[in-house]
Formats: sequence, C-alpha cells, structure tokens
Amino acid sequence: MLQPIVPELIILGTALIVLLLDLFITEKNFLGYLSLFGVIVALFFSLSPVTPFGSFFSSMLIVDRFTIFFDLLFLLAASITILLSLHYLTIEENVHGEYYTLLLLATLGMMLMVKAADLVIVFLGIETLSLSIYILAGYLRTEAKSNESAMKYFLLGAFSTAFLLYGIALIYGATGSTNLSAIATYIKETNLLTNPLLLVSMGLILIGFGFKVSMVPFHMWTPDVYEGAPTSITAFMAVGVKAAAFSSFLRVFLSSFPELRPTWVELLWVLSVLTMTVGNVIAISQDNIKRMLAYSSIAHAGYLMVGMIAGGELGISGMLYYLLAYTLMNLGAFGVVIAYGTKTEENVLIKDYAGLGFRYPLLGFCMSIFMFSLAGIPPLSGFVAKFYIFSSAIKEGYIWLTIIGVMNSLISVYYYLRITVLMYMREPEKEVVLSLSNPALIAALVVTTFFTIQMGVFPNAYMELARASVMMGR
Amino acid sequence: MNILSTITFLPIIGVILLIFLNKDNPRLLKGVTFIITIIDFLLSLPLFLNFRSTSDMQFVERIPWIEQYGITYHVGIDGISLFLVLLTTLLSMISVLACWQDIQKKVKEFMICLLFLETGMIGVFVSLDLFLFYCFWEVMLIPMYLLIGIWGSPNRRIYAAVKFFLYTMFGSLLMLVAILYLYFFNGSQTGTYTFDLLELYKLTIPYNIQVWLFLAFALAFAIKVPMFPFHTWLPDAHTEAPTVGSVLLAAVLLKMGTYGFLRFNLPLFPSASIDFIPLISILALIGIIYGALVAMVQKDVKRLVAFSSVSHLGFVMLGLFTFTVQGISGGILQMLNHGFSTGALFLIVGMLYERRHTRLIDEFGGLSKVMPIYATFFMIVTLSSIGLPGLNGFVGEFLILLGTFKVNVTYAVFAATGVILSAVYMLWMFQRVMFGEVTKEENRKLKDLSLREIIVLIPIILFIIQIGVYPKPYLSRMEPTVKNLIAHVYNKADVRR
Repeated sequence: MLQPIVPELIILGTALIVLLLDLFITEKNFLGYLSLFGVIVALFFSLSPVTPFGSFFSSMLIVDRFTIFFDLLFLLAASITILLSLHYLTIEENVHGEYYTLLLLATLGMMLMVKAADLVIVFLGIETLSLSIYILAGYLRTEAKSNESAMKYFLLGAFSTAFLLYGIALIYGATGSTNLSAIATYIKETNLLTNPLLLVSMGLILIGFGFKVSMVPFHMWTPDVYEGAPTSITAFMAVGVKAAAFSSFLRVFLSSFPELRPTWVELLWVLSVLTMTVGNVIAISQDNIKRMLAYSSIAHAGYLMVGMIAGGELGISGMLYYLLAYTLMNLGAFGVVIAYGTKTEENVLIKDYAGLGFRYPLLGFCMSIFMFSLAGIPPLSGFVAKFYIFSSAIKEGYIWLTIIGVMNSLISVYYYLRITVLMYMREPEKEVVLSLSNPALIAALVVTTFFTIQMGVFPNAYMELARASVMMGR
Repeated sequence: MNILSTITFLPIIGVILLIFLNKDNPRLLKGVTFIITIIDFLLSLPLFLNFRSTSDMQFVERIPWIEQYGITYHVGIDGISLFLVLLTTLLSMISVLACWQDIQKKVKEFMICLLFLETGMIGVFVSLDLFLFYCFWEVMLIPMYLLIGIWGSPNRRIYAAVKFFLYTMFGSLLMLVAILYLYFFNGSQTGTYTFDLLELYKLTIPYNIQVWLFLAFALAFAIKVPMFPFHTWLPDAHTEAPTVGSVLLAAVLLKMGTYGFLRFNLPLFPSASIDFIPLISILALIGIIYGALVAMVQKDVKRLVAFSSVSHLGFVMLGLFTFTVQGISGGILQMLNHGFSTGALFLIVGMLYERRHTRLIDEFGGLSKVMPIYATFFMIVTLSSIGLPGLNGFVGEFLILLGTFKVNVTYAVFAATGVILSAVYMLWMFQRVMFGEVTKEENRKLKDLSLREIIVLIPIILFIIQIGVYPKPYLSRMEPTVKNLIAHVYNKADVRR
C-alpha cells in the first residue's frame, strides 16, 4: 500500500535517523556518509521494477516515468551535493547533523513535488523544500551574508508561495477541484477558456513557479541568495530546486492547462527572451563567481523555457535532457568553486582564478570542461542539450526565438570563456594552497566531469531516457 | 580501421600519450608530438596516391551515431577535401618542428593544443554529416583560442583570442540555426530525418528559403575566409598568435571558410548561389584590392602578411564563384598554394622574430648580406606569393583569372590589378627588410638559418616549385569533383522560383 512512496519514506527515515544520531555521534562526517547511503538506497528503490505506475492516495500522488526520471535527477543532485558538503563543511569547520537532515528533507520535498497529482500536494512539496532551504541558506550563522541570504529567500519565497496559494484557491473556485486532471477535464468540458478567474489563477501560479525557477522578472533574489548561502547549498539550489520547480511547472501546466496553451505560450515567449537576455547580459559584469553562476543559471532557465514553449515530445524531452546535463555541469562548476576555497580565504572573486590552470592542472581542466559545456561548445553535454532544445523550437516554427537563443549563447560564451582566460592566460596574483585530498570531493568532481563529457559524446542513451520519460501518467 | 578516421583521431592518441609524460622533459614531449604528426602525414599520403578519378566520395566510413536524430559518423573525401587534408597533415608536421625553439614554457599543454587542433581541422574537412561537421568546426576553436591566448605575444593576445573566438562563434551559431532548419525541412519533405550531407544534396529547396539558408551559412564562412567586411578579427589574431598558431591559422583554418562555400553553399543552395554571384564577387574584389592596399601601409611584417591573406583569399572566392571548371579548380589550387606560401611567410617572419624580437620593418634592412640562405628562401616564397610564373601562385591565379574572364571581364580586370598590388607590397617589404645597407647594428650579428629551420622550409619550397612547374597531378584529381559540382549546381538551379 505504501509502495509508491517507498523512496520518499526511505529519505524521510534517513533524515530522522541522522537527526537522532546527531545527538550521540561526534564524528559528524559519518552522518554525511549515512545520508549518502540513504540516498543511494532510495535511488535503488526508485528505479526498481516493482515501483508501480498509476495514481495513488485518492489521486493525490501519481507515479509514472516522468517521476522516475526526476527522482533520479533529484537523488543524483542530492548525492553529489552531499559529497561536496562533506568537503565544504570540513573546510568551513561547521559540521552539524541537522545540515544533512535538512538536505534530505529538501530532497523529500522535491520528490513530492514531482509526484503531485493535486495542487495541494504541489504546495506541500514546495513548502517542504523551501523551508529546508531557507534554513540551509542561513547555515553559516556567524556570517552576515548568509543571514541576509536566508532572510531574503524566506521573505521573497514566502511572498511568492502566497501567490501560488492564491492561484490554487482561485482555480478551485473556477473549476471546483484541485486535482490536476480533474481541472483539465473541467476546463475542456465547460470550454472555460476565457474565464477571467481561470486566467488570473494561471497567472498567479506562473508567478509562484517563476520565482522558484528564477524567471525574469521574479529573479531578483537569485544573485544575492546564491552569493550569501554556503556554496554547497548554492549548488543544490541551482540544480535541485530549479529542476524540481521545472518538473512541477511542467506537470501542472501540461496536465491542467493544455487547453490554454496558446495563451501561456505567448506569455512564456516574452518571459523566456527576457530571462535569457537579462541573465546573460548581467552575468558579464559580475566579479564574484557565485553571482556569475547565479546569473548564468537564470539564463539557463530561459533556455529551458524555450523547450517548454516548443512543447511536443521533442521539446519536453529536450528539457529533461537539458536538466540532467545542467545538473551535472553546474554541480561540477560549483564543486570547483568549493574546491578552490580554503579555511581562511573563500577565493570567490573571479580574479582569484588567475593562474589556476597551471597551478592545479586537473582542477583547471575540470573547470574548463564545465565552462565550455555551460557555454554550449561541442562535443560536451551542454552543447547537445542546447541543440536538442533549439531543434525542438525550430521544429515547431519558433525561428526567431531560436535565433535569440543562440545569440544569447554567444553572449554567455564571453563570461564563461573569461574564466578560462584567467585560469590559463594570466599570472596568479596571490598564492593559493589547496588541500584537495578529500575523497568525497574528488569523487564528486570526477563523476560530474566524466558524465559532462560522456553525455555529450554519446548522448543516445540519455536522449532515449528523456524520450521515454516524457509520457506523463502512463 | 578506416584510414580517414585513423588520420583524424591519431592526434588524440598523441594527446593521451602526452598526458602521461612528464612535463619536465620538453624534448621528449616535442619528440613524441613530432613523431605523431609524421605518422599522420605518412598515413595521409596513400589518400593522394590511391585517389581514383571519380567524383564520388572516397575512403568513406559511415557509422550510426545518434540514430533517433539521423546523425551518423559519416566521413569521406573528394577532389576538394583531399588536398586540404594533405595540407593540414603536412603543415602540422612542419609546425611542430618549427616551434621547437620558440616554445619553452608550458610545452606539454602547447603540444596537446596543437594535436587537438589537428584533429579538429582534419575532422572539418572529412565530415559528411552536418552535425559532425558542426562539432568539429566548433571544437577546433578552443585549441586555437588557447594557442593565441596563452602563447601569443604579450601585449594583446587575450584580446585577439577572445575576439577570434566570439567573432567566429557568432557566425557558426547562425549556421547552427540554418542546419537545424534544413534538417526539419528535409524531414518534412522526404519523411526521413537526417543530417547526412549526401542525402541533403538531393533536396530541392524553395527559392526564398534557399536565400536565407545561404546567407546563414555564408555568414559563418565569410567570417572564416575572411571576406570583407568580416575580416577585422584576422589582423589581430595573426599578429598576436605565436608563429605556429599563425601558420596553422592562415594555412588551414582560413581554408575552412572557402571549403565551406564549396561543400555547403553551392551544392545545397544552387539557385541562391547563382543569384549571389555578383555580391560575393564584388566583396571578393573589394577584399583583393582593399587587402592589398592596407597591406602596403603596414609597419609590422606579420600584419602585412595577414592583410595579404585577405587579399589572396579574395582571389580564391572570386574563382570559386565563377562556377567554371577553371575558376573553381584555380580556387582550390590557390587554397593549397596560399597554404604553402603564406604558411611559409609566417614561418619566415617567425624566424626573424626569434632572432630580433621585433616585427617592425623599420628595424631591419640589408639582411640579405647577413643571412643569405634566409634571403633566398624568403625570395622564393615572396615570388610565390606574388604569383611569378614557374611557381605555384601563378598557376592558381592564372586559372582564377581565366575563369573570371570567361564570366565577367570587368571583374577580371579589377582582379588583375590586385596581382600588381600584391607585387607592390611584397616586393617593397622585401626590399626594405632584406636589401640595401645594413642600417641597424644589431642586424649584423644575426645568424643565418639553422639546419632545423632549413628542414622546416625545404618541403614547402619544394612544393612551391613543383606545383608551379607541374600542377597536373593536383588538377587531374580535382577535375571530376569540380565538374560534378558545377553540373549539380546548374541542374538543380533550373528549378527556381
């Protein structure tokens, strides 16, 4: 009976065990490895063939290939974040068990979001996720920036969730249900397409998701929150939260509002162009690498929206592949940022990267791979992802959107390339001595680098996976 | 294993070898790289010797890669790409020897970049699948960018490298949009979705769509050639790059632009190509004359040679867009010739720079008294660049002018003035650098060419003379392909508007 949510229960169980053991254990890193173990067990159960498909708990939850893909993505993001955290927290000398608990609870929230067949569960998932992240953003208690980041995220997040809730309430008012497919059926049967209540609620829900996804103009929180939060949480936010938000966004809009497609596609077109352009253009002037990566993630949200606008099997599977590739390369990039930090110096200014390429060649190589992949240069996964999404746009006839997309790609090349310029073409200004011996860190960097290359050169299997996962509800 | 794939990917094997070698042994690193490039060159010789006189693709290999997208690993060469592949392998081999003394710091990374570059370059010329072509086209940017940015001259190398990268990428991104559009258009017309070039050749595209696609591809290639007015990245990239970077940039990378026009624009968009002849020809002519005039007033020898490239490649473009056998054959031959002459020019300038660490013409004078062997080689290469009969440049230019004259006498007249102008700037530069009195004291102590430098230049000089005296082996191999291309263009262009 509980079978559909076994992975979630495992994550919850691990979270609680970690919280409990935190009271007794002094070697806190053990808790990190324990949570990693829990994640892997959940991953195993999530992919196992006994996972049933269908809707459960009186149509509150749905399990299909879409959810399995995203579970895989979230658990992957969580595991790599845990690996990075094991190194990062040791460096920051700030290891507490609650960190891992909160991380696991956030993952739980994400998995719930994608399994939601009902708007209430969507809300539940978002809140579980968000509350955990609000706290984690402020984890470095003694740093003002971390406090500021948590406060900003909390205030703006709560505000936007309120929008979401209001939208859900209005939908209920308009259609009499919060169940995603029931809403769609109601809209179709009563031909409700121009009901103002429905349109307003759709707009409000869009705002709620837009905030989480860092869509322009709801993106203002992203640079500050990403800069202030502990870098491992920034990494998690940039990939996990974004992927979860997109998964839910997709499910809600494709399941409930397919009839309203012409309306929201037009809106998304404008928002996508704004998002891409603002993200890329402002990234150029950044001098802090965490902020630069924050704006870059805004831009990538814009590219992802292109896939949503194009729609169809190609568009959505393109988004899935993109999210997978993006997760890996972004985690890798943040991983290098984490690796480059020491106990005394954070080294998060872009100019600190001068000379990295020759002082630590392997680290420099990894960073170059991530930068080139983010810029969309073949034969890396970032290129294949953009190729996939832009081909879906062309197929549906969105030529101008594609041209804007590729021009934005070009703009982004400048700031990604700048990192490699500094790493290889400038002399280092200060001595940076790193300790790169933590096996967790090395494992994280190796996995992300390897798959960024492999997914790009041999993308077949991943594309098939994405294609198969697009079937919602089947 | 297929010979083309071996030639393309052998340098990657070299990279893997180099990774495991100790970076504190530069001689070993350079030696291994040199051996790899020699093997690659030797492997490419059978391509020339066993080349059959047909217009089909030869040495073809076709492996499905990303099947659900119709992307295949499809490689092959014909009369056009054969010479470009040979040029690449030969010049890569010579480059390794040329930079032996020049590169002392970060040798391992330099050699890795060089080998990656070689793979990228050969890959571009042998790809017969649009996706594969695009991958190689972009991949090739990174090593060149690193070569210019890390080992270039200290003052403006980063600016030049970034400008090169962004400018080229701008064109290629628009080409990507066109490639995707072509893919879906083909799918909607024929039902099969494929990126395979040979399949796409069979497509008949409505005229107005052809025009846009032609322009998108043409922009990418025009930036690469470089055609006026998209040439502004070239002088900076060439001047700031290390010697070997300039050699490969001029000799090989620029040819990718002209090759692209032949391989993609002409056969895929025949009606548009014919209608664009005036525009392209006029831009080519402007390139010829403008390039020559600007070259004349340069104070820096390398920048002068860079602008001379603009001028020479204007000739190639003019020849290609005559759509005559002579014009196109002349164009292809001139691609080869320019690779040799300008490659050699950059090597020669580099040798001077190694000795005096300056490239300003005013700093030299009367060097022929001090370095007679160098002067001889320099003279031969200069004359080749000008197009003296008996040397390679003349054959190419003559054929191009012949083709142009057939089509449009006015163009030919203007182009011929370009020949005169090239003689002016080259000979005047030569006179100021090599002849006259030795005006600067430092120049008296300059050493003549070392054995290594002579070995670097000899193969090129030999080819310069051989092609000039007996170009038949080259022209005969080109002919079937060129004839086929022209026939294809005219046949398909009958279906227009």
